Amino acid sequence: MASKSLYSPMLKKRDDFEDMLEERRTSSDLKYAFKCYTPVLYKGMPPCKTTLLKSMVLHSDQLRYVVRQVSKDTGTAPVAVQEEASAILEEMAHRLQLGPVRFFAFTLTKAFKTLFRSICVNEEGLQRLQQVVQEHPVVLLPSHRSYMDFLLMSVILYTYDLPLPVIAAGMDFMGMKILGEMLRMSGAFFIRRSFGGDRLYWAVFSEYVKTMVRNGMAPMEFFLEGTRSRTCKSLTPKLGLLNIVMEPFLKGEVFDVSLVPVSISYERILEEALYARELLGVPKPKESTSGLFKARKVLSEDYGSIHVYFGQPVSVRSLAQGRVDRSQFTMQPRHIPSKPSEDTQSFVNDVAYRLVCAQEENMVLRPWVLLASLLLQGMALEELTQQAVWLRGLVREFGAFLHWPDDKPPSEVVSDSLSLHVGLVRVADGRVWLLLEGAAAEGPGPATPEERLLDVAVQVLSCASYRNQALHVFVRPALLATAVHSASSGKKEEVFHTFSFLRNMLANEFILCPGDFEEACQQLVRSGALQVSQQEVTAMDRGQPTLSFLMAMLDPFLQGYQVVCRYLCEEASEGLTEKQFVPAVRNFTVKLLLQGNLRYSEVLSSDLQKNALAALLRLGAVRRVNGGQQVTLKVDKLMVNSLEDTLGGKLPTQKCVLARL
Amino acid sequence: MASDGSNTSSSSSIIPDRKNIAQQRLRIIAGHLRKPDTDGGVEALGCSAQENRPGAATNKTTVPRRRQEVMKWNGWGYNDSRFFFNKKGLTELSGKRYRLSGLLMPHMSDWFTSTFGASLQHTSLATPTLDPSAVKPPFLNEAFMEDLKSTGLPFTTDPEDRVFRSHGHCLHEIFALREGKVGRVPDLVVWPNCHDDVVKIVDMACKHNVCLMPYGGGTSVSSALECPPEETRSIASLDTSQMNRILWIDEKNLTAHAEAGIVGQDLERLLGESGYCTGHEPDSMEFSSLGGWVATRASGMKKNVYGNIEDLLIHVKMVTPQGVVQKSCQVPRMSTGPDIHHFILGSEGTLGVITEVTIKIRPIPQHQKYGSVVFPNFEMGVACLREVARQRCAPASIRLMDNEQFKFGHALKPQVSSVFMSFLEGLKKFYITKVKGFDPEHICVATLLFEGDREKVLQHEKQVYGIAAKFGGLAAGEDNGHMGYMLTYVIAYLRDLGMDHFVIAESFETSVPWDRVLDVCRNVKERITRECKEKGVQFPAMSTCRVTQSYDSGACIYFYFAFNYRGLSNPVHVFEHVEHCARQEILANGGSLSHHHGVGKLRKAWLKETVSEVGLGMLKSVKDYVDPENIFGNRNLL
Ligand SMILES: Cc1cc2nc3c(=O)[nH]c(=O)nc-3n(C[C@H](O)[C@H](O)[C@H](O)COP(=O)(O)OP(=O)(O)OC[C@H]3O[C@@H](n4cnc5c(N)ncnc54)[C@H](O)[C@@H]3O)c2cc1C
Repeated sequence: MASKSLYSPMLKKRDDFEDMLEERRTSSDLKYAFKCYTPVLYKGMPPCKTTLLKSMVLHSDQLRYVVRQVSKDTGTAPVAVQEEASAILEEMAHRLQLGPVRFFAFTLTKAFKTLFRSICVNEEGLQRLQQVVQEHPVVLLPSHRSYMDFLLMSVILYTYDLPLPVIAAGMDFMGMKILGEMLRMSGAFFIRRSFGGDRLYWAVFSEYVKTMVRNGMAPMEFFLEGTRSRTCKSLTPKLGLLNIVMEPFLKGEVFDVSLVPVSISYERILEEALYARELLGVPKPKESTSGLFKARKVLSEDYGSIHVYFGQPVSVRSLAQGRVDRSQFTMQPRHIPSKPSEDTQSFVNDVAYRLVCAQEENMVLRPWVLLASLLLQGMALEELTQQAVWLRGLVREFGAFLHWPDDKPPSEVVSDSLSLHVGLVRVADGRVWLLLEGAAAEGPGPATPEERLLDVAVQVLSCASYRNQALHVFVRPALLATAVHSASSGKKEEVFHTFSFLRNMLANEFILCPGDFEEACQQLVRSGALQVSQQEVTAMDRGQPTLSFLMAMLDPFLQGYQVVCRYLCEEASEGLTEKQFVPAVRNFTVKLLLQGNLRYSEVLSSDLQKNALAALLRLGAVRRVNGGQQVTLKVDKLMVNSLEDTLGGKLPTQKCVLARL
Repeated sequence: MASDGSNTSSSSSIIPDRKNIAQQRLRIIAGHLRKPDTDGGVEALGCSAQENRPGAATNKTTVPRRRQEVMKWNGWGYNDSRFFFNKKGLTELSGKRYRLSGLLMPHMSDWFTSTFGASLQHTSLATPTLDPSAVKPPFLNEAFMEDLKSTGLPFTTDPEDRVFRSHGHCLHEIFALREGKVGRVPDLVVWPNCHDDVVKIVDMACKHNVCLMPYGGGTSVSSALECPPEETRSIASLDTSQMNRILWIDEKNLTAHAEAGIVGQDLERLLGESGYCTGHEPDSMEFSSLGGWVATRASGMKKNVYGNIEDLLIHVKMVTPQGVVQKSCQVPRMSTGPDIHHFILGSEGTLGVITEVTIKIRPIPQHQKYGSVVFPNFEMGVACLREVARQRCAPASIRLMDNEQFKFGHALKPQVSSVFMSFLEGLKKFYITKVKGFDPEHICVATLLFEGDREKVLQHEKQVYGIAAKFGGLAAGEDNGHMGYMLTYVIAYLRDLGMDHFVIAESFETSVPWDRVLDVCRNVKERITRECKEKGVQFPAMSTCRVTQSYDSGACIYFYFAFNYRGLSNPVHVFEHVEHCARQEILANGGSLSHHHGVGKLRKAWLKETVSEVGLGMLKSVKDYVDPENIFGNRNLL
């Protein structure tokens, strides 16, 4: 893929950052909140009132068509259906107003100033955005690691006099009454989490979004990943909204649509421990206003810096060139909803992956990310600095966007980082220890071994969430390193097979694309770890540290998937339901950990477990059976078993069941 | 032209003078009792090929055999008519043929320089004369030549004549000629005088395996007349221009039977002498021929009243290698399987030579009135046209120009004191922009042409202006309307002026469903602008469109684009790329490959996706049957 090189990190020249808070610390916040705000506009058109927007949606051919259909199918009077549509729209629609945005700008910057050392934004990215906003409808696609993301985005855009976006938000926020309304007034609109078969809901929702895109009323903003990533790893993208925003282009209603990936990296995430608990099965607290503010304690800590990188706008038109035959959309009236064709779906899917990759590539990595990666592999303090310096070289080689203060001695950088994350690590006896949560707290330690285990796991998962920020840099070479290690010979073809097997197996875990193999080869050859000829792939002696570091990084995942497989083969009962799956695997994992048969408490992460299940479902090793109330899982034990063996290196990949995949 | 006679200064060559017509009508009615006048246009003579007719001079038609004596060999139209910037920088049109001829256009040069970033000082003039040595000597089939000579039909191998028949009016064709570049040209030109002559020529061509290329008015804009460079046989251009008689007029059935080579202006003029018209007025009607219209499925400006060529066609004769194809009767409609006329319509010279055509005629309308409406923006204008179509009350012609063309039209206005610009006009402008608040950057204008008896025209006007008002449209006078239509006839001349100053231009068209009109206009214009920029065109390209025809279910859109090519190493290449992209964009947005220009060789790469593989196969099988040896080898369409 020629265009791939555009995104190859090695070629990427990235912009510089400016600290947005700097000015805020020296001049009046009130003045800032009341500043004259005159954003540039799409084709110079004034933004349209939300009432007009609503009426456009309700009177659109699209909606009228579906209303008629629904009315015909259900026997409900068209007026009633139309009313229902109207109610859905009321529940959904944003009410963007400048006032509330000013309010948030005022209060949030005050909070930001105490929480963060800096909020760094690439101003060139904003300039590009400013340009493109005038020419095409724009879709902003930020990464999603924190609740704060979208308010942060709006505040930045307000600060830089850019048009305020309209943001697709989950309904969960609606639970917080006042806040929900405030968010609505600052541009959020609310979508129900699941409305699978509800034609009317879908019609209102998609028409609402398309009307805004078609008319360039405001930049549309949504999260490709669908939800906050609790692991800080990018999630596999959701395609629904992306499909909708591309449609006006595909159907010729606009000349182009610009997609702007935005990477928001937090040096320390506000929700850090919360996420770890969630992953471990402590149920997610309902998102309520009071809950959010109870975290007041959070507000008194130091969260380091935020980096926000507005990526290169991507033109849907140029992506679609030669990929999608747009004339296919000319054969029926455009207001009749139709399922996208297969080639369109695969196109949208590729675009989504590309954009997530673009987000990943512009994520700023802080030294702590490297330290966390090393710490999870066990490291002594003097060694840590030395290893960190080595790793710094490696990630730079791999093209990562690393912000390492080169003007300071490395040891200082390391100790600074450690001190920012005092909640996670402690230095004692010349070693760096992951801080056990229970041990840190006053009073008696946890009672049972299992509780102790979970406490460790919380720390490990928190730590892992930082390592995960660098995963996109390492995952390709790590897959290759593992493949070289476990392939039955050094034949390039063999290695490629093993690599492909792993990539396929882990496709729900990481953002991977075809073509990764060549890229990984290049990276490891460049770093001197491998030698690759036409036929052979050979590990170099001097590359051992690199290779073993990479393999160690991937190991918890491979082990985790094997645990899931083993559970399904050995323990799962016949009628295992989908609901029971995660708790059951967790129990099984706890057992293994306590027995000392498993090293990585990371395997307790429900994210990993769910991804493993998704992979098995995708590969057909497990099937979902809809049995009345519940969905049960039907396990093809032979296949699962063989997958487990292959993952464990016991079977050559070519012979395994997946050879055909 | 105003029919009430107030515009006495008009001297258009296109629309017959109304007073004359009235007199003629009387004469004709009287004349019907007698045999046709010999000095009249309508002849009912047999054709004798032996006696070489004296040619155009006594034939009273516009087109002589040696076309270059009246028409430019490397540009558009008559030799005597040419735009130029005079010493004061004012624009003039030489000659006396057109209403603009001899007038000064003061705004044109400003518009030209500011729109294209061009300079009047920088010129890129054409090679004045053809260098005969640039033309390859003819490759002649001796046996065919022998036979041809024995028939006594006029023919020539003169380089000038051959070059003239080797092209249409695509930009790349004219650009090459201006540079004195000549590619493959026909090896000879032959002028049949009648149907029987054509039968003879086709027979001989089949016998000796000579490639025949029918040539009508030479106004093709689809590379249809280009000789395929890969053709190894001798190529004979069969010029129909001397087959130009109206053979009979049937007033009972309102039809006329004419030879295919007659050009539009002659057909209308001669019919006019009898009080009739076909009403078929393609913008190229001064030069394009009846046979050419049938061969390309042409469309005239007034199709709303008279129909397109396929609606006008009652009967047609075509000489093919398999013999003559025609229907056995002259009826308005029949159900006899697929209509064989539709194999002939649009055949683009690939199946045979159209020799005679029966076409519907109408009495010349009593009254003709131009009109115009300004709209605050293009969207409103399109909505209005759509509504007019919905109510099926379109006048003979209704066209909507976008803002760029609106401005362009203004640039062409002749100096004050002329018929067009008046004190009143100024007032209107003030009213529209200041009082009504129309933004001059968005304003667009619809031009109208009403036809019928006086009563009806008035009524019709009221209805249409009423609809326009609902879409914010303001009536903007007859002159603006007239001006708009006149532009149509001179725009091709203007391209030559542009080319004298490094500006190249082209037009192309498509048809689209109503709901996509705005999308196609927007996307195609934008695509052109972007592609030009990307290809290194220094100054923003001009990219404009108008809606020229409306139908029940859609419209025809006509695009112009032009750019200053200074600094480009291969302007034609850039141009062709942009044109190609524009067509891709049209197709992607639901437009057709062509509404009326045809496919030719320029667009044939897209024919398969347009009509499906099976559809193309159907066309091929007809070709294979009718012309298995590919005697009609111009390689259009397929
Ligand atoms: C300035 C300008 C304005 C135009 N405006 C219009 C317009 O308004 N509407 C419209 O429809 N078109 C328009 N055209 C396109 C062109 O005029 C038409 O395609 C016209 O029908 C071509 O007729 P012609 O006699 O000039 O044919 P030519 O250009 O000589 O030939 C065109 C094709 O038809 C074939 N052909 C010609 N005569 C015969 C015959 N007797 N038998 C068999 N095949 C034959 C030729 O082989 C060739 O393939 C315009 C062109 C120009 C340059």
